[in-house]
Amino acid sequence: MKRLFTVIQRDLRLALRQGSDSLMVVGFFVLTVTLFPFGLGPESNLLERTAAGILWVTALLASMLSLDRLFQGDYEDGSLELLTLTPTALEILVIGKIAAHWLTTALPMLLAAPVLALLLHLNEDAFPALMVTLLLGTPTLSLIGAMGAALVLGARRGGVLVSLLILPLYVPVLIFAVGAVDAAAQGLPVRGHLLILGGLLLAALPLAPLATVAALRQAVE
Amino acid sequence: MSFSDIAAFRAEGLACRRGDRLIFQGLGFSLAPSGALLLLGRNGSGKSSLLRLLAGLLKPAAGTLFWGDETVGAEREAHAGRLHYLGHQDAVKPVLTVEENLLFWARLHDPATPPERIATALAAFNLTPLAQTPGKLLSAGQQRRLALARLLAAPAPLWLLDEPSVGLDQESLARLETILAEHRAAGGMVALSTHADIALPGAEILQLGDFAPSAEQVMGIWI
Repeated sequence: MKRLFTVIQRDLRLALRQGSDSLMVVGFFVLTVTLFPFGLGPESNLLERTAAGILWVTALLASMLSLDRLFQGDYEDGSLELLTLTPTALEILVIGKIAAHWLTTALPMLLAAPVLALLLHLNEDAFPALMVTLLLGTPTLSLIGAMGAALVLGARRGGVLVSLLILPLYVPVLIFAVGAVDAAAQGLPVRGHLLILGGLLLAALPLAPLATVAALRQAVE
Repeated sequence: MSFSDIAAFRAEGLACRRGDRLIFQGLGFSLAPSGALLLLGRNGSGKSSLLRLLAGLLKPAAGTLFWGDETVGAEREAHAGRLHYLGHQDAVKPVLTVEENLLFWARLHDPATPPERIATALAAFNLTPLAQTPGKLLSAGQQRRLALARLLAAPAPLWLLDEPSVGLDQESLARLETILAEHRAAGGMVALSTHADIALPGAEILQLGDFAPSAEQVMGIWI
């Protein structure tokens, strides 16, 4: 357990000192979302109806941007070999790395989301639902993304490959997250959608690290 | 410093295959506490592969590793806990300081690492003046010394070193030899590959060329 925090602490420190990665993700998120009012025109009806979809699709793409850096740095400088030779389950360390990745990329997006939702005229009643779906959905994205990032280690053009691999897996999260926000905007119950999002997270939490570890061991062989 | 979990480290009938190529086969050795194993052979003879295999990074194509009477392989974490592996890469993060780099690996190996041990490890490789320097400002030799300092920052009985002398100056090489001697005096074991001269008194020499498959056997894989 202490090792988990050691890894989180180190990855947070690396991200803060390098800085660019997490800024890039939240910057991409903000810029892309602000493009939509320009592209679609300032009609508030249209924006209001598409707000949930725009926010979620953009969040999804933004979270993928930094995925290829998740293990690549450790792979290139030999750290990954040493991580696999730690006297603890590698799954724990992987969860630590994913947690640090979520804290540095998804959390800033989460903070920017309400402001952007305002920009898109999202119905006020849907704000809590939007935040809860992001809170439940983005960790699932990070977990699934880690599998893809581990699988493409050592491949050329890994960034493109990882999107092809994991975008289809993101679809269920997208459907239920947008469904929840839309339901809330129309004053319908959101419980069902949120429960499914929670279920997806609970399923990904043990399964994704297992698959990630298998891929990482393959990569260092 | 002495080690609690220490037993003879043995290998029997090891074979290693990389892709389609059989690199060595029928390789065996026995490493007693305080023992040392010197791996020699030309490029591509499988020195690095053997060390990776002993560390558990690679799976042998045939053969078994023993720690005392136990087979190594089933208990991956237990084996990782009793060894240090030093590969070609130094695993130094450019934005972390020397001390932070070392502390991370030490804590990962042993969460209860006291700060004094980090200071001792840094001093042993003459890195104390560089403790607060970020990794990106280190020279290749300094990075290598930092990687070597991991050996002392968290104790482990078995050291697997792949060409540890690369990039080291004469003075650092002498320090490394002293540290290897102290490690063995405390009951530790060393297996290392090198093309340079590293003094390892009484080391068993393993010529990897002796275990290369014959031409017919290499052909056999294709048929």
